Formats: sequence, structure tokens, C-alpha cells
Amino acid sequence: MKLLYFAWVRERVGKPQEDVELPASVATVGDLMAWLAQRGDEYAHAFENPKIIRAAIDRAHVRPDTAIAGAREIAFFPPMTGG
Amino acid sequence: MGATIHLQREPFDAAAETAALTRSRTDIGAVVAFTGICRGAEDGAPIAALTLEHYPGMAEAEIARHVEEAQSRWALLGVTVIHRYGRIAPGEPIVLVLTASSHRHDAFAAAEFLMDYLKTRAPFWKQVEAAGKASWVESKQSDDTAAERWSAAPSRRRDAAE
Repeated sequence: MKLLYFAWVRERVGKPQEDVELPASVATVGDLMAWLAQRGDEYAHAFENPKIIRAAIDRAHVRPDTAIAGAREIAFFPPMTGG
Repeated sequence: MGATIHLQREPFDAAAETAALTRSRTDIGAVVAFTGICRGAEDGAPIAALTLEHYPGMAEAEIARHVEEAQSRWALLGVTVIHRYGRIAPGEPIVLVLTASSHRHDAFAAAEFLMDYLKTRAPFWKQVEAAGKASWVESKQSDDTAAERWSAAPSRRRDAAE
């Protein structure tokens, strides 16, 4: 599974993207954030407040309860501030 | 109907883009142009520059989705959206939205809709450089509220169809 990070999520994780092997117990976007938060201090910092982190599967916005089955690319980022 | 959508590092010329949108057209009776510009101060404190990060691929797709929604809600004859990324100095343009229609209502409403959605849904993040330090801009509740009102209010066109 390809994971992408943007803005301060990227800075805290310390990398813009990575490929990960996920255990079968990780079924939703919310599960994935909880799993990532346990991977080390930098991840714990990035995902310390998962309620404010937004996610996209294959370049479309999704909610935390969205299933990740079949996803090619999952991105995590702060609330957007464009325009 | 197609639309012009560009993500680019370089500045843009709003007048040239407007001329391109209306060239050889006599059906267009209204063009609304919104340009977002980098302010030189935030809450009274001067800033050196903004740096915009974006999610390549998703940013284009998300803008295209909202342009399509605008086209389905209002009678538009043309749309141009240009959003810059990278480092932007005070006084430089950041974003351009042009909407064209026969009559002004559709162009005004669609331009406002597109800007409200670009602020809250398009994957861009602003970082402010000030006093030698970089900090991420926090999202504003007022921007979320502005975007949410479009899901509550049916457009004039949808009313007419019902």
C-alpha cells in the first residue's frame, strides 16, 4: 500500500511517502491512522489528534470509517488552506 | 462543456485569461473574475512570503470535480481556474477563478461557490514565512461555514427543474 503525507503531517512523519505492508486487522482509514500512530515517536506525533487529520483514497476525500480494501494510494494531510 | 484548469508555479495574467475565455464569443453576457492575492501582513505582522504545497493529481481532480458541479448547478458558458503552488511573494496572485454566463447571476454564484470549495476541499496547504520562521496556516471555521452553505441551498437552476 502506498501512503502519502502532506504539509505538517509530512514534516512530522519525516517523509513524503512510503510503501507499507498492512496487517489484515487494518480495515478502515481510522484503523490505519491508529496503526501508523504506533510505528514510532514521529508517527505518534503526526497522528496524535486523528480527528483533525484528513484522508484521501486514490485522490478522493474519504471519512475515517471508509474501508481501505482495494485502495492503491492513501494520503493523510491537515485541513486544507488553499485558495 | 470544457473548462480551463491549470496548476502552475508561475504567476498568471488575469486580463489575458479573461480575453482568452471570451474571444470570438457573442453568447457571453457576463464574466466574473476573482483573483486571490498574497497579503503582505497577517494579523498586523508582516510576512515575507507564502509557500503553497499541493497534492499533484488530486488537486487537478478535485478542482475538475467542483467545476463540473458548478456547471451542473448554473448555466455557465465558460470556466477558468488557475491555482499556483510554490513560493509566492506579497502582492503576487495565488488563485484565479473566471466564470462566464449569459446573465450575471450564474457567473457570480458559480465563482463564489468555486472559491468556497477551493478554500476547504482542494488539497493545498499554505505555509507563512515571517520573521525568519515558517509556520503552517490553520484552516478557518469561517471558510468551512462558507462552503457548507452551498450544500444546504439548492441552486436556482435546480429549483427551476423541480
